[in-house]
Amino acid sequence: MATLYSKLDKEFGAGVIGLVGFLCVVLVAFSIASPQFLTAANFNSIAFQLPELGLLTLAMLMPIVSGGFNLAIIYTANICGLTLAWVLMQYGGVDAGMPAFLLGSAAAIVVGALAGCIMGLVIAYIGAHPILVSLAMMIFLRGLGEFLTKGGDISGFPDFLHGVGHGYIMGIPVPLMLFFVAAIVWHVLLTRTRHGFSVFMIGSNIRAANYSGIHTKRTLTLIYTLSGVMCALAGILMLTRFNSVRVGHGEALLLVTVLACFLGGVDPFGGFGRVVPVVLALIILQVLSSGLNLMGANQHLATAVWGLFLIAVMILRWMAAAYRNSNQKKE
Amino acid sequence: MRNFIRAYPTETRLFVVLLAICLFLSLASDSFFTLGNFTSLLNNNAVNVIWAVGLLVVLIAGGIDISFAVAASVVQYICVYVFEAIGGGNWLIGLLVAGGLGIGLGFINAALIYRFRIISIVVTIATFNAFFGLLMFITSGRYLYNLPDWWTDRITLFEIQSADGTWAELILPVAVMVAAMFATWFLIHHTTTGRQLYAFGDNPEGARRAGINIALMQFIAFGWMGMMAGIGGLMQANIVQEVVPNALIGRELDVLAAVVLGGARLGGGRGSVLGCFLGVLLVAVTQNGLNLLGVSPFAFKMVVGVIILIAISMSNLKLAKFAKATRGSH
Repeated sequence: MATLYSKLDKEFGAGVIGLVGFLCVVLVAFSIASPQFLTAANFNSIAFQLPELGLLTLAMLMPIVSGGFNLAIIYTANICGLTLAWVLMQYGGVDAGMPAFLLGSAAAIVVGALAGCIMGLVIAYIGAHPILVSLAMMIFLRGLGEFLTKGGDISGFPDFLHGVGHGYIMGIPVPLMLFFVAAIVWHVLLTRTRHGFSVFMIGSNIRAANYSGIHTKRTLTLIYTLSGVMCALAGILMLTRFNSVRVGHGEALLLVTVLACFLGGVDPFGGFGRVVPVVLALIILQVLSSGLNLMGANQHLATAVWGLFLIAVMILRWMAAAYRNSNQKKE
Repeated sequence: MRNFIRAYPTETRLFVVLLAICLFLSLASDSFFTLGNFTSLLNNNAVNVIWAVGLLVVLIAGGIDISFAVAASVVQYICVYVFEAIGGGNWLIGLLVAGGLGIGLGFINAALIYRFRIISIVVTIATFNAFFGLLMFITSGRYLYNLPDWWTDRITLFEIQSADGTWAELILPVAVMVAAMFATWFLIHHTTTGRQLYAFGDNPEGARRAGINIALMQFIAFGWMGMMAGIGGLMQANIVQEVVPNALIGRELDVLAAVVLGGARLGGGRGSVLGCFLGVLLVAVTQNGLNLLGVSPFAFKMVVGVIILIAISMSNLKLAKFAKATRGSH
């Protein structure tokens, strides 16, 4: 048991066991509190809601691990969704075919990568602070989106998109599959590749990384570009799920992505963080959210709960660190 | 003058850009270069400047705060009930209550940041949502109109009728803005605490070893921000004569952008009151100009985003080149 524990710890990052335990507690608590909680319908809706949040969290994860931040994720996703919608409209809206969707998705990914790439270039080569750069990009993208859509919705997409956003392959929801593939790619990228190694080194100490021969500027650019690509995937998914695009869709998710990262043990100063605990944290948050929903909590109360929960998570992490330190001193 | 340019390069550059924009707009639009337009610009941006100088202190101390606009809404709402409970009140009581409540909310941020060593962006994202969610939940988004008369009465400091019959006037919030700017300038330039705030922002560990009380710095910075947030909220209610719980949300980003334009740096240790004022004015004049030129309001945000992106790139680029040049000369 002890070896299994340490093996899990080593493979997936510390805190996995704690998070699984916490998830169990949450599941049991809500099962007792609400009779509708332990139903297939509820878990089905969790499975369909998780992926958007999950993809956006992955987009947030890599910049945070590198010691930065990406405040523009939601609006990047919105703009990418708009791009796809625009391409679909060019090919006849409701009558657009699969090639149009693929072309539009490719265009959306290019747009997301471009938005991320610009941020990365400014952060890497000019040395501006990531929070400011992504804030400026967020204001710009929101403005651009509102300018293009005049603040309205765009809808009327072909029917087969319903199969992407709401369909199943072998009993597994398509969005969930997309999310798991993305999470595995992110995990491999961060733990098994040179880029991943560079990301952690930059997050720990960017100057030391630079002196030890890591091309920090190229890595930083790539980090934000990849983050943009992940946002594009989230944007495409949101379009197929809601069957409409509006700038500002999912605005509230920004806080939840940050929350998921920190609940998943990512170091807010950068340098440490794993994909698996973050995915577990996401599942916990989605379960909590649907539980709160079933209990009839209103949307604003949920917002307040997320905020307070983030503070609680940070305080708990501080207490855990203090406890660990005092134990080490005794030894 | 030369000393000023050397000591405040960002402010000088900003001033030149602002002048250029003003000159262009005066030529492009008849209604820009009028007294009425200038006074209304000041009236409309007084609250933003009040918040900006508060945020400046936090940025100088190396933190960031995005919860202040929501905190201002919370203060407004509580103020209504406090004034009702004490049966009226006046401006002095109003400023004390609003400032005090704001300081209290700021202290919540400071306590979390200091006590649990959480970075300020995370704390203020959390308090932003907690404040806003609780406010909307408890008030169910209800508007309040039954404010005391002293609060909503328009106090005109100065008015003049120009030749074409339009009135130009300055209202009370502008005076409060000037007072807030002066107080902040005095705090950061003429007190020991001010020097300590700069030192703490520039190098927290160095400041700690030099014997500066870190906890005090955090509480002063976020307390000052909170006080300005509260006072700004009070002034905003004076202007619009109502309290709407979700009216101020989103303003924090505009203010943050303006303060950063004015030369304050994330990571602390830099920034000035003049820069703040010019930063707010630059954003305001640009929007005003776009408006007068008949550009779609939907494009405003986009333009502001581009301006900020260019401004932070420019300021960092200059520094990088300067550093390289001095290194090369040795």
